[in-house]
Amino acid sequence: MSLKVTDLTVDIGERRVVDGVSFEVPDGSRVGLIGESGSGKSLTALAILGLLPDGAVAGGSVLWNDRELIGMPDRELATIRGDEIGIVFQEPRTALNPIRTIGRQIGESVRIHEGLSRAEARERAVAEASRVALPDPERIVARYPHQLSGGQRQRAAIAMALACRPRLLIADEPTTALDVTIQAEILELLLSLVEDDGMSLVFITHDLAVLSQIATHGVVLEDGRVVEAAPVSTLLSAPASPITRGLLRDATATLWRPGGAP
Amino acid sequence: MIRYTLTRLALLLLGLLVASVLIFLTLRVLPGDIAQLIAGTNSTPEQIEAIRERLGLNQPLPLQYLEWIGGIFRGDLGSSLLTGSSVTSELAQKAQVTVPLGIMSLTIAILFSIPLGVLSAMRRGRGDGTALSVGAQALAAVPVVWAGMMFVVVFAVWLGWLPAQGFPRAGWNDPAAAFRSLLLPALTIGIVEGAMLMRFVRSATMQAVGQDYVRTAAAKGLTRNAALIRHGLPNVGLSVITVLGLQVAGIIVGAVVIEQLFSLPGIGRMLVADVSARDLPKVQGELLVLTGFVLVIGFIVDLVHRVIDPRQREAT
Amino acid sequence: MTGDATVAGTPVEAPDAKSAGRRRRWTWLRRLWSLSTGRFGLIVVAVVTATAIIARFWTPFDPRQVAIESRWALPGWPHLLGTDGTGRDILSLLMAGSRTTVLVAVGSGVIATVIGVALAALGALTARWLRESVAVLVDILIAFPVLIIAMMISAVWGGSLAVVIWSVGIGFGVNIARVTRPELRRVLHSDFVLAGRASGLTSLQNLWRHLMPNVAPVFIVQLSWGMAVAVLAEAGLSYLGFGAPVTEPSWGLLLAELQQYITVYPLSVLWPGLAITFTVLGLNLLGDALREATDPTLSRGRDPLHPPRGAIRHVPEVVA
Repeated sequence: MSLKVTDLTVDIGERRVVDGVSFEVPDGSRVGLIGESGSGKSLTALAILGLLPDGAVAGGSVLWNDRELIGMPDRELATIRGDEIGIVFQEPRTALNPIRTIGRQIGESVRIHEGLSRAEARERAVAEASRVALPDPERIVARYPHQLSGGQRQRAAIAMALACRPRLLIADEPTTALDVTIQAEILELLLSLVEDDGMSLVFITHDLAVLSQIATHGVVLEDGRVVEAAPVSTLLSAPASPITRGLLRDATATLWRPGGAP
Repeated sequence: MIRYTLTRLALLLLGLLVASVLIFLTLRVLPGDIAQLIAGTNSTPEQIEAIRERLGLNQPLPLQYLEWIGGIFRGDLGSSLLTGSSVTSELAQKAQVTVPLGIMSLTIAILFSIPLGVLSAMRRGRGDGTALSVGAQALAAVPVVWAGMMFVVVFAVWLGWLPAQGFPRAGWNDPAAAFRSLLLPALTIGIVEGAMLMRFVRSATMQAVGQDYVRTAAAKGLTRNAALIRHGLPNVGLSVITVLGLQVAGIIVGAVVIEQLFSLPGIGRMLVADVSARDLPKVQGELLVLTGFVLVIGFIVDLVHRVIDPRQREAT
Repeated sequence: MTGDATVAGTPVEAPDAKSAGRRRRWTWLRRLWSLSTGRFGLIVVAVVTATAIIARFWTPFDPRQVAIESRWALPGWPHLLGTDGTGRDILSLLMAGSRTTVLVAVGSGVIATVIGVALAALGALTARWLRESVAVLVDILIAFPVLIIAMMISAVWGGSLAVVIWSVGIGFGVNIARVTRPELRRVLHSDFVLAGRASGLTSLQNLWRHLMPNVAPVFIVQLSWGMAVAVLAEAGLSYLGFGAPVTEPSWGLLLAELQQYITVYPLSVLWPGLAITFTVLGLNLLGDALREATDPTLSRGRDPLHPPRGAIRHVPEVVA
């Protein structure tokens, strides 16, 4: 199960905001997309799944197991989303529907792809909630998003994304909006879930230090173009591009142990 | 929740109080002498004085006010200056025309605006979406009276399907005829109000489209349209409820004019006649009932909104 | 000269605030014009105002002139829009009526502004108890539809254009107050106002400089919508007999007068109705366009991840 992105472009009106991005995510690997804000990394992720906002058009090629995702009708893409490719977004506060319980929202994934009944979905939701280490899963599934803390909401979002055991997870700056103290927990959670299942991971961030903990390869983006692509250890020790060097300078190195992921 | 209800209730009562004072003051504090107006130009001072006595105009204002309010608690909204008939009984009688008219108009407005509003938002940027949006804008700019006239021309004069005027003498004892005579008026109000509501539904839907949780729902495996409908729309519905209060006020106002156009013996037309005739006690009572109604609807809508939105249920 | 910078040895004058303000004003006018809604609105307003001015001095026929022999004429020559049941030229009547429309719109706009600003100021600048009571008062007054206010006044003083103007003025003034008060408070408590005070500007100057760009856009948008309501109100109230007196030509009155001929000559009612609809549409769209043009978040350029969301507009209440 591999992802191959070739010359991906995203146009918003006249502007080309993603300009010929290419990278590969072989089965089981962990690739990071890194760049400053506005470099087009989030749009790349959205383009892969056909979730671009109205008015944005994607071009180029995205092959998922030899299936072309660019131009695929939404109905087909929907079967892939959640089931084969999951995505977690940056802002847990707004990513969850405020007027539905957590349980129903987690359960919705399995009901769509596995056809479970309401009761079965609820049980499954409890199981998934416990898998992401949400406290008191039986009770928490009946809660609403506003009753959870930021970290808990992000855990719920991860549960929603992974409920159907997708083969690839895209994580779009999943810890950026969280408290510094929670960031480490969430990262560890993601890492353990990804390793346990042998999932591939595309991790998007602007922080090279975070990337070093979780990815093996890094793709550096600037202004919608790839400026450098190399193993993370190389990016950290011998960055070729000035962009990468800038990112290295900005990295929050204090919290993390140096070196790459195990 | 209880606390919220009580606060809202207190505000409602305060509102009713203020409304009653305002109505009372405006109608009693005159530059001219109302008794003289009623008596006419050729009246004698004694006649005018007699009228003043009858109306209780010689008492101090606060006392007059309290008498009026006291009467209201007894169910007596005053009586007509000209005919002496009780305001309450007249209101009750005319309500049989205006209340069904209001309900029909509101139903038509909702049925008309929500599907079209959502559709025009989802098809935004495409031909039919823009057409719907422009159409709604144009309809919302139409004066209700004129819309009524155009409908009469088409449906009553040219096609002859529906009556152009009037309400059957038998009233609701002849439900079919009564319904038919209210249909065109309700359609008029409903479509014009609906156009206004539709603009709102459209914005609310467009806002829902941009919401992150709709995107998350699509990311889980729903098609984008399904995500919008299942996750976005209920939130739209919530916002629509908020505006419903405004809609009701608009419908009441529309009814006043439309009843005049279609010669329907309802509260609106009665109000117009009474204002023209300067039958102040009657106008006082009628206005109080109307504003009270709007305030009560606002109160109910607030509560419903509060109950439905889980975010607000715990907040004090 | 507020600070000179030196570039490559030559003194460069820092742009002073005034010319920057002037440039800002032109940009939003230009942006307004670039929107189709803005263009339409501005054109409609211009046409109606121009007609009103022209009508003061000239109309094709005397609108009051009755000519039974040429009644119910179909549109053509010399009566471009035809004549009514008594032979009056409809086009002239419409032109004359536009004067009333403009008068009502502008008049109620002025009153709404005064009342709105006064209430908003009271609600933001004064002692706490006064602020709270004003807030409650405003919320209650909102419940009074304009038509109801108009009927209240008419019952006492009889109907007239002044009644229309005052009713819309009060009704919409309260609305304006409700909308601008939070903006006012926000600005008053904002950091840059406090900073301004620290740098020694007098409080009035300070307020004005920071208030205007923030409050003005909201205000102008409301005013535009308010004038649309005024036109509709005039139509409805004149139709009911509480607005323009029979001696003044008015579109609403025209509707009432032509109603009786509906079965004979339905087309005649078309014209005043279209006139009202276009004017209201123009003002509504102008308000919408003004909102888009002056929205500070949009002026920062479009964020590709978050397309501009249709803001929830205030739904202007219908009067007639």
